[in-house]
Amino acid sequence: MDALFEFLLRQGDNALVLGHRMSEWCGVAPALEEDIALANTALDLIGQTQLWLAYAAEVEGKDRSANDLAFRREVYDFKNLLMLEVPNEDFGRTLLRQFFFDAFQVPWLDALKASSDQRVADIAEKSHKEALYHLDRSAETVIALGDGTEHSNQKMQAALAYLWPYSGEMFVDDDTDHAMQAAAVAPLPSTMHAAWQKTVSATLSEAILTVPTDPFAHKGGRTGFRHTEHLGHMLATMQNLQRAYPDATW
Amino acid sequence: MSREWPLWEVFIRGQHGMSHRHVGSLHAADAEHAVKNARDVYTRRNEGISIWVVEATQITASSPTEKGPMYDPARDKVYRHPTFYPIPDDVGKM
Repeated sequence: MDALFEFLLRQGDNALVLGHRMSEWCGVAPALEEDIALANTALDLIGQTQLWLAYAAEVEGKDRSANDLAFRREVYDFKNLLMLEVPNEDFGRTLLRQFFFDAFQVPWLDALKASSDQRVADIAEKSHKEALYHLDRSAETVIALGDGTEHSNQKMQAALAYLWPYSGEMFVDDDTDHAMQAAAVAPLPSTMHAAWQKTVSATLSEAILTVPTDPFAHKGGRTGFRHTEHLGHMLATMQNLQRAYPDATW
Repeated sequence: MSREWPLWEVFIRGQHGMSHRHVGSLHAADAEHAVKNARDVYTRRNEGISIWVVEATQITASSPTEKGPMYDPARDKVYRHPTFYPIPDDVGKM
């Protein structure tokens, strides 16, 4: 598979899968204000998805659209991080996951602004501003919940224990990443680790949460090698309309 | 202690607005949180470039029951309106 196409799918699928997970809070968030804020985040991410997947479809050159890529691919065609497809579980875990992703996206998109590929640079330029706000918000919520009540702290600590083994996948370089680096399209994801670690350590310590030390990391999502059982269920919901009524318009 | 977040009144200044205008209220844990919530609730359609929030309990309001003594005396003082002065055209928009 073309490395640029693969790279673009990874960017688009991350935004799409997390955007869909966030949208699941619409109407059921713990407060009206949070409900709207989460829906805004979801819409930002779906907007980013459209840009990434539209470009991916062009690069592929097989007459597919962004919609085709989003709604007519199977589980193993998806290239998102595993962390982003696991269920929301609760508000705390949803926001901690968002925070982990935002803490990566902010330096990542900032770096992509200097991409040799102008389309990539343009998408990064627009998305970076959104990511900065997302990070501001998710970090604040993680701190509020971690440093909240004993109960909220316990829930956040449990969320951290669950999500931590999924965080390592963000920093594993593979052939696609090396090809993108060679073409000056993107830096290696592993080079984002120091910045991520810094943001995460500062925020988690302010949130009175203890960082797990187990270095085990799940992987397989961004290569499409192995997804969790949760992605299929999510896609069944997300893709239902296009599957049941192909090419439906309204 | 109430489990509800306190209520905040939100004021937004629009793109070409000269002053902040009251747009509504929302709940938030603290002032910073209220600004973020205001951004998400009230500026989704590009409405504003500046946000003020103030905790609703910090606002002292006039009492509706004192409407008569408060406002009626001003009703028949038409001479307080500057409508009796001709304004030269070259002054432009006031």
